[in-house]
Amino acid sequence: MKKIHSIKFSRIILYIVLALGAIIMVLPFYWMIIGAFKTSAEINQFPPVWFPSSFNLDNFKFALETAPFATYFLNSLIVTFCCLICCTFTTILGAFAFSRLKFFGRDILFSLLLALMMVPFEMLIITNYRTIVSWNIHDTLFALIVPFTSSIFYTYILKNFFASIPESLYQAARIDGCSNWKYLWRIMVPIAKPALVTIILLNAIACWNSFLWPMIATNSPAVRTLPFGLYAFQTEGGALMERMMAAATLVVLPMILLFLFARKYIVNGVARGGLKG
Amino acid sequence: MKRWSKISFKRIEPFLYLAPFLIGIIIFTLYPIFNVFFMSFKENYKYLTGEFSGYGFDNFVQILSDPYFIQSLKNTFSYVLIVIPISTCLAIVFAVLLNQNIKLKALFQTAYFLPMVTSVTAVGMAWKFMFNYNSGLINFFLNLLGFEGINWLQIASNNFAALAIFGICNILPFIIILLLSGLQNIDPLYYTAAKVDGANTLTCFFRITLPLLAPTICMVLIVNTISTFKVFNELFPLFNGPGIAYNLFTVVYYIYYQFRGLTPPKYGLAAAAAIILFIIIFCFTMIQLYVQKKYSLEENKS
Repeated sequence: MKKIHSIKFSRIILYIVLALGAIIMVLPFYWMIIGAFKTSAEINQFPPVWFPSSFNLDNFKFALETAPFATYFLNSLIVTFCCLICCTFTTILGAFAFSRLKFFGRDILFSLLLALMMVPFEMLIITNYRTIVSWNIHDTLFALIVPFTSSIFYTYILKNFFASIPESLYQAARIDGCSNWKYLWRIMVPIAKPALVTIILLNAIACWNSFLWPMIATNSPAVRTLPFGLYAFQTEGGALMERMMAAATLVVLPMILLFLFARKYIVNGVARGGLKG
Repeated sequence: MKRWSKISFKRIEPFLYLAPFLIGIIIFTLYPIFNVFFMSFKENYKYLTGEFSGYGFDNFVQILSDPYFIQSLKNTFSYVLIVIPISTCLAIVFAVLLNQNIKLKALFQTAYFLPMVTSVTAVGMAWKFMFNYNSGLINFFLNLLGFEGINWLQIASNNFAALAIFGICNILPFIIILLLSGLQNIDPLYYTAAKVDGANTLTCFFRITLPLLAPTICMVLIVNTISTFKVFNELFPLFNGPGIAYNLFTVVYYIYYQFRGLTPPKYGLAAAAAIILFIIIFCFTMIQLYVQKKYSLEENKS
């Protein structure tokens, strides 16, 4: 009888600790979204207001009117979409070559690429900035896409997945006269769908949230993406907190929705390969 | 003739597949490595004309005697030394709890992992709001617990604490996920056996979970040390830059500042700082490889 009690007691403690942690983790998000609906009187009140008196959209309206957040949003969409298309394409081809095609120096080349992975991106930005300046594409959306058209990290993940597909399948298809190209797109890619979804999701998150590179490569508001646009809104607009929260909510919301729908893929992907950078 | 072209096609085919991937890597990863390396040794380098007076260690001498660079090293190292142990300890607790057979698992996971997918800049704004001296949530809780409110953002000496707290919460989800996948690899039979022997929960944790999780913890420590060395993004939403009084320079911020914050930009100094960052990260990567090798050898033995 006593044992049952102690088990129940420890369960309760477990849930309390978990709930406490969860509340702390969610609090910034709750505070951001609630703050977006507050009036300027409510936002400066102390002790803080836990629920705004009304859910009016004035702060969102103001944020969209003062800064071109619609443009930022569109830019973020374009950049993320183009990065995903280009990077996924080069990754699929590269991973296929490294896992199925035979050529001289394949394994050495792959090890060299893996060694390159430890070079921090923060070191490369100096030269990459000058490259895009010399190509005259700085301060354009191209500058935000071009450096990210291929990734060793995602190629490495996909190559491992491709390598786990039985080689005999490839031999059989080749004997039946199937070309490499056809085999890759008709058989390999459909089988590797889970791995592909994972790298696409991880890449989408990284693109959408990237801050350092857009800050370096762009100047004018017309080509800003959301995170940097949000930061500029804070420094240039001298913006009020409730409006900042409204703008921040706009930045965060798409990724929260994505996460709610694709949580399993994202969590598994991170567990398997870690995040980029 | 036809046969010849078939053979040569087979030869070059792999490179056709590799080309789009390799071109990007060569231009934006391989070339910059060498370029930055040489740039860091060029003395009196003028980026507009490309002139320089010779190769030497001038840039390194200059940054190592620059108080801002010394400060940035100090800040970065103390940031890593504070954020990594605290966040890893917290993550171990939460990962072990999340790994139990609990209800509402999906809900808890969502709550814990949310900061991983959201923009550091946007979440940082919310933190800035919470750190507010007069109306912030954190000071409200401090008051509730009987402490005085702290001016986190406007007093320079408190800036670091605010940055560290934000950093810990930001990195936590990532560590929890990695530890959770490590926990799932532990054979549940160990726990069943321990239960039969009458071991309690704490003994199980210290005698089974921790030792078996050690390889994962080790990996997590190193991977996150490397990523926290690059602390940069967090500075902007909280302080609009390196702290309220130029007191929170970090190594990456120093690099950024030298070639994008200054006019005219000092590419040589930025490159030298980047090389130092690379050396630090290289050392940790070597430790990581060594640890990985050691653990895989041990696994093979047993």
